[in-house]
Amino acid sequence: MTATLPAAFAEIRDDFLALPERERLTLLLEFANELPDLPARYADHPDLLERVVECQSPVYLFTEVDEAGLVHLHATAPREAPTTRGFASILAQGVEGASVEELLAIPEDVPFDLGLTKVVSPLRLRGMVGMLGRTKRQARERVATSS
Amino acid sequence: MPVAHDPDPRLAAFAHPERLVTTEWLAEHLGDEGLVVIESDEDVLLYETGHIPGAVKLDWHVDLNDPVRRDFVDGEQFAKLMSERGIARDDTLVIYGDRNNWWAAYALWLATLFGHEDVRLLDGGRDRWIAEGRRITTEVPVPPPTEYPVVERDDRTYRAFRDDVAAHFGSPLVDVRSPQEYSGERTTAPDYPEEGALRAGHIPSARSVPWGKAVAEDGTFRPRAELEALYFDGAGLAPDSDVIAYCRIGERSSHTWFTLTHLLGLEHVRNYDGSWTEWGSLVGAPVALGEEPGDAPAPRA
Repeated sequence: MTATLPAAFAEIRDDFLALPERERLTLLLEFANELPDLPARYADHPDLLERVVECQSPVYLFTEVDEAGLVHLHATAPREAPTTRGFASILAQGVEGASVEELLAIPEDVPFDLGLTKVVSPLRLRGMVGMLGRTKRQARERVATSS
Repeated sequence: MPVAHDPDPRLAAFAHPERLVTTEWLAEHLGDEGLVVIESDEDVLLYETGHIPGAVKLDWHVDLNDPVRRDFVDGEQFAKLMSERGIARDDTLVIYGDRNNWWAAYALWLATLFGHEDVRLLDGGRDRWIAEGRRITTEVPVPPPTEYPVVERDDRTYRAFRDDVAAHFGSPLVDVRSPQEYSGERTTAPDYPEEGALRAGHIPSARSVPWGKAVAEDGTFRPRAELEALYFDGAGLAPDSDVIAYCRIGERSSHTWFTLTHLLGLEHVRNYDGSWTEWGSLVGAPVALGEEPGDAPAPRA
């Protein structure tokens, strides 16, 4: 399973699984607090961002593929939606600097491997599945338009 | 021992003013013997970002619903939950949450099914407390466990199942979802696409009163006269109506159940928590489309 995850993502997953269930929520909150503000070039251009309708809170993301073919994910979600912010932050940190191939190889249901189904509930994790799906599709589009 | 009621004149006109407390009242009574403050949110992490000092958390997904079958926790699970939160059977519960108390009302309604006597909502919810600059903390209380009795849930008085709805035709139904869900334009709530049903529309004869209309801009409940205009003049209900309210999974209609029962004083209001996610997927169930309620089918015993 590890072979199909970018190293950063695998590390995050292992960090969650190493914790007792109750403390996983605290780690998720730390991720929520770590979600960086959007770079100015996206903050000033909300039209570039895509709404993740699978999430119950307004979350928007933009997938960037740089000249070296590496992925950078930018996302924004309101402070009143810390769970969604946490998911976005895990995803952004997990795919940061990965190649497009590595991103596309991430299993669609990876959010369910973080050990959060009991503390967050499966329904809520589906929002993160939606974020991952959109990130992959955007990355494919970026590659298609640049080649 | 129950805690004294909030005597605020803004609440006095409601049928059961003892079911609401203002933020001012709560700020003065935090720490009172016999008072437990509960936060119940849509977002499972919001409590951890900061909550009213001393408040415990109840999550509607992971605490109040059975983890396997589609139903609420049973008497034993509820007793265990209350005990872990340090709640005694005769404690006064003041419940508040995000999104104008959607999930707070759901928790309150569920506590009512278990017969917990003194349950109140914080008028205006979490947002109002924070907007007023009142103190919040990330400190999580660790109350000593209590002996909470195992009580069988009463599923007849305030809860309706699909067969109850079919038998109810001819009496008032209230659909509290958005106008788009009611008319059949969409099968899911705006922003809630994953909680869908296979068919769109509403239960025939149900009147549309979106739940949020009961709430003013500042998040507090509207005055009684405005609520009467909304539900009596607007939706044809009467003080003695036998009503079933529904939404998508029963949480928005818990809010309407609270409004009709405790603020307007209707004695026969049930919440159909199966709601549209069940009715809209039931084989053979009658469905009406468009903005009109449509005719009630013959009731089925």
